[in-house]
Amino acid sequence: MSEQRAISEDPGVLEARDLGRSVHGVDLLTGVDIVAPSGRMTGIVGPNGSGKSTLARCLAGVTPPDHGVVTLDDTDLRTLPRRSVARRLAFVEQQGHAEIDHRVLDVVRLGRLPYRSRLGALDEDADEVCRTALAEVGMAGTDQRRWSGLSGGERQRVQVARALAQTPDVLVLDEPLNHLDVHHQFELLDLLSTGASTVVIVLHDLDLAARYCDHLVVLDGGRVAADGVPADVLDADVLDRVFRVRGTTRRTPHGARVELHGAASRHPDAGRSRRRPLGPPDQPVGVE
Amino acid sequence: MTTTALRGAIVVPVLSAALVVVVLAGVALAGGTITWTDTVRSIGTHLGLPVTPLSPLADSVVWQLRLPRVLLAAAAGAGLAVCGCVLQAVTRNVLAEPYLLGISSGASTGAVLVLVLGLGAGSVTLAGGALAGGLLSFALVFALMGRDTASTSRVVLTGVVVGQLFSAVTSLVVTAWGDADATRGITYWLLGSLAAARWSSVAVCAVVVVVATVVFVAVAPALDAFVFGHDAAVALGIDVRLLRIIVLVGAAATTAAVVAAVGAIGFVGLVVPHAARMLVGPGHRLLLPVSALAGGVFLVVADLARRLAFAPHQIPVGVVTALIGVPTFLVVLRRGQRA
Repeated sequence: MSEQRAISEDPGVLEARDLGRSVHGVDLLTGVDIVAPSGRMTGIVGPNGSGKSTLARCLAGVTPPDHGVVTLDDTDLRTLPRRSVARRLAFVEQQGHAEIDHRVLDVVRLGRLPYRSRLGALDEDADEVCRTALAEVGMAGTDQRRWSGLSGGERQRVQVARALAQTPDVLVLDEPLNHLDVHHQFELLDLLSTGASTVVIVLHDLDLAARYCDHLVVLDGGRVAADGVPADVLDADVLDRVFRVRGTTRRTPHGARVELHGAASRHPDAGRSRRRPLGPPDQPVGVE
Repeated sequence: MTTTALRGAIVVPVLSAALVVVVLAGVALAGGTITWTDTVRSIGTHLGLPVTPLSPLADSVVWQLRLPRVLLAAAAGAGLAVCGCVLQAVTRNVLAEPYLLGISSGASTGAVLVLVLGLGAGSVTLAGGALAGGLLSFALVFALMGRDTASTSRVVLTGVVVGQLFSAVTSLVVTAWGDADATRGITYWLLGSLAAARWSSVAVCAVVVVVATVVFVAVAPALDAFVFGHDAAVALGIDVRLLRIIVLVGAAATTAAVVAAVGAIGFVGLVVPHAARMLVGPGHRLLLPVSALAGGVFLVVADLARRLAFAPHQIPVGVVTALIGVPTFLVVLRRGQRA
């Protein structure tokens, strides 16, 4: 494993300072400061349109911020050569669409491109690394299957395998649980939380975020509404104010659990006249 | 790796051999009294091999008329196929090719402006006009398309619109300012014609196509990385801006060289990469050389079929490629909609 990264105790800190981005005059992110601690799992949560994906793309160096910097171990991403960034940082997009029909192994091998030689040849271990990565996401033995024949969840897992094949120090994932059934949701989160990499993950499910993440950042309207340990961050006030749900968060030995009870009445000032949802308020209405 | 490499090890030599055979067939089977032996003898003589020379008349038929034509077909076919591959990679759309994107039309317009209006008063060559027109239509297509190149209908409609615009300009120029001969000649040439083949045009076309193919093969891994789009390629460490410039300039230059030599021949860039992908998979390191070889074979065979099937009528070769290309277009379109 020539260029393989040694599993290190200290993979790297990904940090954003005063991040700002606007498109067509609409501010998507404003003054965002976040620190993803080395080797830990940092979750980004927030309602629809709060800027989660934009933040993930900025953190991955895919979208340049209009304002502020993203640093990897205190070095501005933009000052590093793209290829050396790609060796240390991998990004999994929300949905990967491909019109040309690749085989699964071809897709995963894209993850070895940052390690290609001057003549464009992949490293000798490429196929072994790729097969290991596929096995890690529960897709062992699918190398020769065609992309067009995969389900949404399988495609998502192949994309994660591609990112793992980059053997990154830092993984940025934008809602990787989309399309995954519950079994594979837990499996992927187990894999990511036990791995040695620094992980930044955009999540929708607040309970899963609270259970798996070491650190949570709550976005609201492109600003950081709260950040810290999940049990502290997801208090009843944040759930109501940011997510507009009623819920309770309790500490567990390994993190926190969030139980949601239902939609909150709109806003203390706005939604007074709305009828309260049916059913006793303390009965769980199911997790989002 | 192994299966793909193995396929390449079979497909590349087989296609190379096929190209040599169809080139010889293109000369020998084109009618008249020229035989396979005559063909080999004439070529051998010019290559300095110890063979008995042909009579000067027969030799000039082979060496001055037929061989340039067949080799030009091979070079043009290779160039159009390679352009199709790289355009499909960066637009992430399997229907992208020089003709459907309207780039051939743009190059034609540029060439016609030089030819009919004498623009540049001799300082600008036909190929220069074609290059300018090709680049202009390219810029227009990408400006109109925006970033949403993965949408099939959008790519095709933009190509149609740009193609129509340039066709209209060409028709205007030809009918308003061209004389009757020019009109007939140019109309014929816009449908694609190999009749004007000379060694000089073969040389220019071949050099441009070979250089472009080598450059494209050099950026093959970056083209592979584009399969999931701009952002995914950036995340894999690809310099996307540089890649786009290389592909757009390379494809425009190649298309221009081809159009200046043989006119606007359609669908080669669609049919050939599609078939090549079925043979060796989507990896560009192998796909590009295989497409080049297959494109050469395809256009030489199309030209030969045109002669054999429709003689004595002089059917433009672009008609044959369109007859094969349109059904392929429909198949590819249907597949895309199912996926």
